[in-house]
Amino acid sequence: MAAVQDGPIESESDTETKTDALSDGAGNITGSSTGALSSPPNAASSATGTSKSMAPPGPENQQTLLAVLQYLKKNNLLESVDILRREAGLSDDGGDSPDAEGSGGSDPAVKVGEGGDANSLLNRVSIATAAPVVVAAPAPSKASGGESQPDVNVVLSAYSQQGDPALYDTYYTGLKNFIESVLDCHRAELSQLFYPLFVHMYLELVYNSHEQEAKAFFDKFGGDQECYYADDLRVLSSVSKREHMRGNETLLDFRTSKFVLRISRDSYQLLKRHLQERQNNQIWNIIQEHLYIDIFDGMPRAKSQIDAMSGALAGEARREANKGKVFYGLLKEPEIEVPLDDEDEEAENEEGKPKKKKPKKDSMGNKSKKQDPNAPQQARIPLPELKDSDKLDKIMNMKEATKRIRLSPENLPSICFYSFLNAYQGLTAVDFTDDSSLIAGGFADSTVRVWSVTPKKLRRVKSAADLNMIDKESDDVLERIMDDKSASEAKVMYGHSGPVYGISFSSDRNYLLSSSEDGTVRLWSLQTYTCLVGYKGHNYPVWDTQFSPYGYYFISGGHDRVARLWATDHYQPLRIFAGHLADVTCTRFHPNSNYVATGSADRTVRMWDVLNGNCVRILTGHKGPIHCLTFSPNGKFLASGATDGRVLLWDIGHGLMIGELKGHTDTIYSLRFSRDGEILASASMDNTVRLWNASKAFDDVETDDFTATTGHIHLPDNSQELLLGTYMTKSTPVVHLHFTRRNLLLAAGAYNPQ
Amino acid sequence: MADERRQKQCTVVLPTESMKVMAESVGVQLQEESCAALSEEVSYRIKEIAQDALKFMHHGKRRKLTTSDIDHALKLKNVEPLYGFQSQEFIPFRFASGGGRELHFYEEKEVDLSDIINTPLPRVPLDVSLKAHWLSIEGVQPAIPENPPPAPKEQQKAESTEPLKAVKPGQEEDGAIQGKGQGASSAESKGKKEGMMRIKPRSTHELSVEQQLYYKEITEACVGSCEAKRTEALQSVATDPGLYQMLPRFSTFISEGVRVNVVQNNLALLIYLMRMVKALMDNPTLYLEKYLHELLPAVVTCIVSKQLCLRPDVDNHWALRDFAARLMAQSCKTFSTTTNNIQSRITKTFTKSLLDEKTQWTTRYGAIAGLSELGPDVIKTLILPRLAMEGGRIKAVMEGPVVSNIDKIGADHVQSLLLKHCASVVSKTRPLPDVVDQYRADYGYLGAVLCSHVVKARAQAALQAQQVNRTTLTITQPRPSLTVAQSGLGGSGGVGTRAPSIIKVPSSLTLMSTRPGTPTQPSPPATKYIVMQTSAGAASTQQVITLTSAQSGSPVTSTVPSSPASLQPLVKVESGAGTSRPLQKYIVVSLPTANANASLDKGASAGAPHVTMEPSVKMERSESPAASTQSPH
Repeated sequence: MAAVQDGPIESESDTETKTDALSDGAGNITGSSTGALSSPPNAASSATGTSKSMAPPGPENQQTLLAVLQYLKKNNLLESVDILRREAGLSDDGGDSPDAEGSGGSDPAVKVGEGGDANSLLNRVSIATAAPVVVAAPAPSKASGGESQPDVNVVLSAYSQQGDPALYDTYYTGLKNFIESVLDCHRAELSQLFYPLFVHMYLELVYNSHEQEAKAFFDKFGGDQECYYADDLRVLSSVSKREHMRGNETLLDFRTSKFVLRISRDSYQLLKRHLQERQNNQIWNIIQEHLYIDIFDGMPRAKSQIDAMSGALAGEARREANKGKVFYGLLKEPEIEVPLDDEDEEAENEEGKPKKKKPKKDSMGNKSKKQDPNAPQQARIPLPELKDSDKLDKIMNMKEATKRIRLSPENLPSICFYSFLNAYQGLTAVDFTDDSSLIAGGFADSTVRVWSVTPKKLRRVKSAADLNMIDKESDDVLERIMDDKSASEAKVMYGHSGPVYGISFSSDRNYLLSSSEDGTVRLWSLQTYTCLVGYKGHNYPVWDTQFSPYGYYFISGGHDRVARLWATDHYQPLRIFAGHLADVTCTRFHPNSNYVATGSADRTVRMWDVLNGNCVRILTGHKGPIHCLTFSPNGKFLASGATDGRVLLWDIGHGLMIGELKGHTDTIYSLRFSRDGEILASASMDNTVRLWNASKAFDDVETDDFTATTGHIHLPDNSQELLLGTYMTKSTPVVHLHFTRRNLLLAAGAYNPQ
Repeated sequence: MADERRQKQCTVVLPTESMKVMAESVGVQLQEESCAALSEEVSYRIKEIAQDALKFMHHGKRRKLTTSDIDHALKLKNVEPLYGFQSQEFIPFRFASGGGRELHFYEEKEVDLSDIINTPLPRVPLDVSLKAHWLSIEGVQPAIPENPPPAPKEQQKAESTEPLKAVKPGQEEDGAIQGKGQGASSAESKGKKEGMMRIKPRSTHELSVEQQLYYKEITEACVGSCEAKRTEALQSVATDPGLYQMLPRFSTFISEGVRVNVVQNNLALLIYLMRMVKALMDNPTLYLEKYLHELLPAVVTCIVSKQLCLRPDVDNHWALRDFAARLMAQSCKTFSTTTNNIQSRITKTFTKSLLDEKTQWTTRYGAIAGLSELGPDVIKTLILPRLAMEGGRIKAVMEGPVVSNIDKIGADHVQSLLLKHCASVVSKTRPLPDVVDQYRADYGYLGAVLCSHVVKARAQAALQAQQVNRTTLTITQPRPSLTVAQSGLGGSGGVGTRAPSIIKVPSSLTLMSTRPGTPTQPSPPATKYIVMQTSAGAASTQQVITLTSAQSGSPVTSTVPSSPASLQPLVKVESGAGTSRPLQKYIVVSLPTANANASLDKGASAGAPHVTMEPSVKMERSESPAASTQSPH
């Protein structure tokens, strides 16, 4: 397995060259023929509505496994075959669990479900799973390299259909005129076609070496595209030769993944009729091959509705991708029995606590005694046992919670700002511990620094020799093991060899994670202030990492487009979440630790099930790379912030966008809900911290059945009403936010003198 | 608009000339077609790398793309990073054109290792540290230096210029929600309020209790007897960002204070009040324009008032006048606009009292001081012409029948003031030969003294120029290129006229002009050229190196004799046009003086016959580098 893991890049390039060679030679014929073959099932499935396309996952997985096994056998990797068999048995068990249908949304694989003989199915499956994962997931991509050579070839040579380059202009103009002439209600929907068609026509021209025509085409129509595609257009514009198309990842995304559009049935019929009348095969072919048109019954959507959801690299999410059930409820807090230790003070508080706890729990909603229907089963994923120290911490937490300030628009939180001075533009990541006693910073000079923000200084554990001399029976042994000589307010930890982009404390404050440009995630001990483990797996920069709220697990995501789930005691990842079409830029655990959310440079947010690794939500709507995510404390909502300066709010249960907060003028680097979920704080590069009325934003949305099923929602444009305050710093981009247990907001950033 | 930009995006490609130049730099000749193909490929790759580098910038949470971002992007592509570009700030690419080619290049300086070894280590940069402050307290941003000023200057300005539209920040008048958002959200609240015009409430200058306390403390400390407290108070006034609400009080306090204390001749208090004005002006967050009508008269009073203290013969009220004059000059510089015309109004006021025959010496002193601080141009046009007349007046007091002691002191001060300011101006404007008789003819009674002052001023200026030159010589070496350029062009031009124009375009010229004649074309930076020459040269050049690097005593003495000679070689270099090596060796030696010499030439060429004066000046100058090189030891 390790050997396979080291070689994803090579294998990738291998397949690339092979396919290219093939497509150069015989591309025309195979391309057009298989292209024609592949189109009918798509059209059928899309035309007959999407209800059918929810394929049972069992056979699906089987096929993938089969493909992998076959490949492994072929290469005499018998050991791996055995392991995989065993693993497969396990995963089948997992597949039986009720939420396995969530896998429906995971990949393009699903849609190809029925029809077609087993063989073509197998090919399809392997290519579909492999395609988006190309760089990262080693095994599947290898599989695709071996098994589905012709199919990859199809994808590459799909552009080889030779139309008259001069006609592209006419085709596009014809379509443009048609769309501009249709009724207003359809125009907005059909306008969605422009961008993907433009991209693919341009690529077709480039692929067929019509350089001049391609340039002219781009010049003529590039300006028509929606402004939020500007970044992709810039990439596109730089591609002017067939050779460039090879290593370009963005183009690979265009080629391998279908651009998803949602169009009402009426509009679709209109389009189809037009294209058939005109015998416009060029465009029809592109639509068949590179676009996935998700047809729904009902009113066509308005322009604003479409704009709210579009913007992602591969179009909107398919509707069925967000249908799976997500257990967004919180896990039941373990009952902490009264006095763990018999200190008087502690006992007194225990007496008082149950009474105080009650009202708070009610206010938090779903924490009552009986199991929340939306919560996952307690042992759905194995969580570490609570240690005594954890229980103490929980008690502290509850005590603090009773003193928590109730926030409301009339009662805004105070903000304490931690400025990093003399950071020389080098601060790249910040994290606070949950109890707000420590602050950690990751720096561009590869260092990780930890500060104590309480009077308690940081101390190291004594050396082994000294520890031997300690009387282990004494009561204060925990105090004695600390080395007083090492007490200081800050500690520096060296180990990385590149800028540290992600940093996260464990909930018990014993560990610190950091992820870096050097491709590793490191686990540091906050007892000894040394590095314990370096987790290697991402071979490229790791942009973000985060500990699970329950410890033990952590998630990381990086330039290799996958997010990985790790356990601290495994040197290899437990899950690889592949599906994003560009860098995974931020990762976040759901409060119940059963799900993770990842934000990506492909401008989508995905939610993944930790249990089976399936993608359960694809959320589109951002117009720039996403840089921060946060879950609401009750687990129901998700907020995401991106370089476009907007915060989007999502309802996880329905997979719906329910709010848009406009106001920031630059990248948003941090988002946090207050502990009671009333206020959302956002921090940005534009040197401001803004507070938003989160509860109002959530209440305002009326989710009737129609919007819930179609996902078409009218967003009220009420950012100004929801904005509760804007706080400028002098010249400090705000990088991180944190609500203390008493709802004091802490913010951090590096002062950047102009 | 957008269309245009897109088109540009699509078509931007490195020019083929760049390819050609790069190929030449590694010694390859390329065909035009291959250049075109290469440039397209290279442009594409560069764009790709730039796009990746952008990712690193975003994740590094910066707005500026740095060289390390590019390095990391290269690493992603499995390409060896570019070493040696470690600048955090921008890299000074230089532009050169000529011979039909345009070039941007990175000027790599030749660094002398021994220089690096000998210079003391720079201070260790401060370590990262953490500092906490309150960004907001229950929704309101406190006005502390760590936070941006609650009402930025622009807003204060908008308030004073468009009083009706302004929404007073920090006041809870606009309801709970927006008010909490406070001044910072004023942009939004303003946007909301724009629809409804509202009349500004008359009582906008209410101060909170804390502010009243603060005001009391500050004013008491400023005029109190404890100097330490005063310093602290002034410091607070000069730096605190939240003072704009108290500004009207402060300005009234100052203007009233001046009015009262001038009558009472309380010099100390006047000085304190002026220091307050200075502190207010130093505070970058205050929009003072609104209160100039109160502050400026107070300042002018302190400059030109007939009597500022009880005992004018003993007390140093002159210092107050000087200080206030400087304040006035500063406010003229910062606040004068075409609408308020402060500078011209002030100038008129001063000139009027200067022209008045009956003006007392004290006022006369103030008026002159006030005018002089406004800059050399004002001195030149308004004071120099009056120098003879003032001189006569001073003479009358000094040499005439004994008047009061006070007048004598006054005249004395006026004289030294005039000399101080006029000497520097004259030394810059008047052509060189400083002949006492001519000065006397031009400036009357004060001429003789002025002459000696001017000579002194010139000497000092020359000394400073040389010190500056010495440092530039040792560390950066763009100057050599200057002289080489001269030698290349030398055959044709005259000496004095050409020098200044070449100073403007140093190395660009070098690169191009060396091409036709010399074999040094492949090595682009001119600095290299110099060093090669010196290292290949004879014994005398090695002295040059020791002069620039080691700064030891004995070699310096051996080169110094050669440097007066270097003044002549400089003339020879032009005629020799860089063909003979020994002559070029001198070039480096002559550097420290070359620049001063150029200015000297400039001065000389504009002036009258000067043969007699020059050698002495030269001698002085040529000795000074020795002095300056030895001084560090």
